[in-house]
Amino acid sequence: MHLLYNDDQRLLADSAREFLAARSPVSRQRALRDEAQAGGFDPQLWQDAVALGWSAIPFPENLGGLDFGCMGLGPIFESIGCNLSASPLLSSVVLSGSLLHLQGNAQQQDRWLSATISGERRLALALDEQPRHNPSKVALQAVANGDGYSLTGDKYFVIDGVGADGYLVAARTGAAAGISLFLVPADAPGLTVKALPLIDSRNHARLQLQQVQVGPDALLGDIGCAMPALNIALDRGRVCLAAEMLGMSEKLFELTLDYLKTRVQFDVAIGTFQSLQHRAAQLYVELALARSAVMAGLAALDDSALSEGERQRLASLAKWKAGQMALKVVNEAVQMHGGIGVTDELDVGLFLKRIRVAQASLGDADFHCERYAALELAHA
Amino acid sequence: MNPIDQFREQTRSWLEANCPPSQRKAIPEGELVWGASDVEFPNADAQLWFERMRDKGWFCPDWPVEYGGAGLRAEYNAVLESELRRLKCRPPQINLGIWMLGPVLLEFGSEEQKKNLLTPMTRGEVRWCQGFSEPNAGSDLASLKTSARDAGDHFVVDGSKIWTSYGDKSDWMYALVRTDAKASKHAGISLIVLDMKSPGVSVAPIDLISGKSAFCQVFFDGVKVPKSQLIGPLHGGWNLAKRLLQHERKAMSKFGEFSLPTHFHLLPLVKQYLPEPVGQSESALVARAVASAMNEHSYNLTVQRMGEEARAGQDVNGLMSIMKLVHTEQERDKFEVLMDVMGYHALGWDKGAFTPQEQAITRGWLNSFALTISGGASEIQLNVIAKRVLGLPDVK
Ligand SMILES: Cc1cc2nc3c(=O)[nH]c(=O)nc-3n(C[C@H](O)[C@H](O)[C@H](O)COP(=O)(O)OP(=O)(O)OC[C@H]3O[C@@H](n4cnc5c(N)ncnc54)[C@H](O)[C@@H]3O)c2cc1C
Ligand SMILES: Cc1cc2nc3c(=O)[nH]c(=O)nc-3n(C[C@H](O)[C@H](O)[C@H](O)COP(=O)(O)OP(=O)(O)OC[C@H]3O[C@@H](n4cnc5c(N)ncnc54)[C@H](O)[C@@H]3O)c2cc1C
Repeated sequence: MHLLYNDDQRLLADSAREFLAARSPVSRQRALRDEAQAGGFDPQLWQDAVALGWSAIPFPENLGGLDFGCMGLGPIFESIGCNLSASPLLSSVVLSGSLLHLQGNAQQQDRWLSATISGERRLALALDEQPRHNPSKVALQAVANGDGYSLTGDKYFVIDGVGADGYLVAARTGAAAGISLFLVPADAPGLTVKALPLIDSRNHARLQLQQVQVGPDALLGDIGCAMPALNIALDRGRVCLAAEMLGMSEKLFELTLDYLKTRVQFDVAIGTFQSLQHRAAQLYVELALARSAVMAGLAALDDSALSEGERQRLASLAKWKAGQMALKVVNEAVQMHGGIGVTDELDVGLFLKRIRVAQASLGDADFHCERYAALELAHA
Repeated sequence: MNPIDQFREQTRSWLEANCPPSQRKAIPEGELVWGASDVEFPNADAQLWFERMRDKGWFCPDWPVEYGGAGLRAEYNAVLESELRRLKCRPPQINLGIWMLGPVLLEFGSEEQKKNLLTPMTRGEVRWCQGFSEPNAGSDLASLKTSARDAGDHFVVDGSKIWTSYGDKSDWMYALVRTDAKASKHAGISLIVLDMKSPGVSVAPIDLISGKSAFCQVFFDGVKVPKSQLIGPLHGGWNLAKRLLQHERKAMSKFGEFSLPTHFHLLPLVKQYLPEPVGQSESALVARAVASAMNEHSYNLTVQRMGEEARAGQDVNGLMSIMKLVHTEQERDKFEVLMDVMGYHALGWDKGAFTPQEQAITRGWLNSFALTISGGASEIQLNVIAKRVLGLPDVK
């Protein structure tokens, strides 16, 4: 397992950085927020990203992918973080696309995965129901009915849920212990999608399913057997979010260091004060540790030599470390900017809000600490 | 096959044939071999390994053959190091002379000094200690006062050094002394080497909070040191000292890879001392322990990443500057957690009442405080990162 990007991945990083800096800088995110557009992202930007191949990165060539591995997503998510760029890459490609790839049959892949990769359609994962992420707490009921199923229940915090063409809905079926995944088209009768505006001004939704009737072809894989695929797809999403938080934090750190070097108080640059120097140095340390954890998480996603448990442990480590670090970095960034740090005019606040959402998405630091411990103590 | 690959293959098969299997495991502290005039071996395998590496010139593989090295060019030395790592070979000996003074001598020593001082190092025959710190010169090393007065063909040294690790067991010392009291702080310092058996040298061990220790205070009372033992230019010792401390950092990180004398796996201990089901206060403790283990995991990955980046030719100075700080702070944090996890079992002092592992953890906890001070205290490390890596301004 290597903890460095290879040459191809570095090229991808360069092109992503250029593309997003030109097309989707932080000011664009601010504009999207002010326009209060429900989609939360710029559809044209997304189509152009698709044209660059982003939606094809992790999928095999026979399904229309580039077979580039999940590690190739790392540099892109870092750039997304650095520029605060909104796009459905996480929701539609990394989460839903992976689930279709891992769990879907040929027909489902043909209908939905190809369209996801080509950007013609986009999907969203409807998983969480509680205030905090926890896949094991899914309660939404799927009742067998005719040769299909009837789904009833609520979903919160569906990433990019507004305007999606379809949803992968996690559900429980009667006596079966496990979780099943159903592909529900957006126009299914009984499905209501409501925007759930969050602090980061992106696209989140609440779904209400009232006896939504689906056919047998809506089920991904076997009944009650979605957990392994869900674990893999969620881990991909978690590590991508970790990379995004790393990108945001590096940018914030750069902004803050600049400020420490230029802001003068008491006749000197405030970066002269040792209390601020030491705190800045601590943040540098945290960034370095988090980068290592994120690189290991990314590498683990593609490393078939690792056990399931080891991959999960590294994914949780990445999300935990990046989340914990990002909160430290952004909180200090606000504080070290003094009064201006709490104004809306400064971009730091936009990062603060996005980091909070990214940290809560797919499991916060406490969730991943517990998961890591359970995996570790199982063989301690 | 290109010559480097050929060398790799030869090295691999030589090591496989010559490094005894018992020497391919992490070293418990008691089994470290210190090159010295009276070198002691914990067992026959350790001696065999020491002698084979010595005869190969591989105590100092990249030093010139004329001083007893193996004359390996950097890329060959890197192959040797990676093969040693791959097989998990123990360092055949520990020697401050080789790691710190040696490279400085190679760069600044006279021909005669190189011959006389380097050759015995490459044979593991001399144990060296470092005489830098003084009671009133710690972090601010350049304020040192131990004086070396010019007395014709020799210096007369008076004063004292403190925290000298293994001062009582060493054959020779390299020391920073003040040769010009009138010059500015940094300009009046010289680097000398001296025989610890010289008349006027006395050594007193220091007990630490962890108990008996390897640290000593060394006193100099009219000690005669021949001028031929001045290294580099007179009054020019500060630059050499800075160089030497760079080598110290490198050596510390190398040393850390091999010997893990205080290495305890946190989570198995948590399981042992806090069996399920745990109460509410205990589950908060478990969460603290897990966080500590996860930080340690992140550090280990950072060590790996730094190695990969260095091999890929990237600049790792920034990463290098955090390693000592992170490692020692994490160790202390981990012992703090362990103290709480083990409860009364971590509080034993006299042998007998508690298990050897429990005793070792208690001592390890006490010792962890020394590590955030020695080799540049944590605050000094933070200063270095802030100024040299982050470029934050200095007070005028
Ligand atoms: C909500 C709000 C309401 C306010 N209301 C009023 C008001 O009604 N009237 C009014 O006059 N002002 C008001 N202020 C201004 C407030 O008093 C200043 O923001 C505050 O004094 C900090 O100054 P600054 O923002 O310029 O930050 P700076 O002084 O530039 O500080 C930037 C950073 O440097 C640190 N720093 C500065 N000096 C040192 C040092 N010597 N050592 C270590 N660290 C240092 C600070 O702690 C901070 O983290 C208000 C501010 C806010 C945020
Ligand atoms: C285990 C151990 C082994 C050692 N081995 C050797 C050896 O073999 N040879 C040798 O020569 N020395 C050795 N030392 C000495 C070591 O280098 C010094 O202890 C160290 O440099 C700190 O100096 P001091 O103890 O005088 O503390 P001080 O320098 O007096 O520091 C006291 C406190 O002030 C803080 N401080 C000091 N300056 C600053 C600053 N500029 N900014 C912020 N905080 C500051 C420090 O971080 C510390 O917390 C060893 C020490 C230990 C503990």
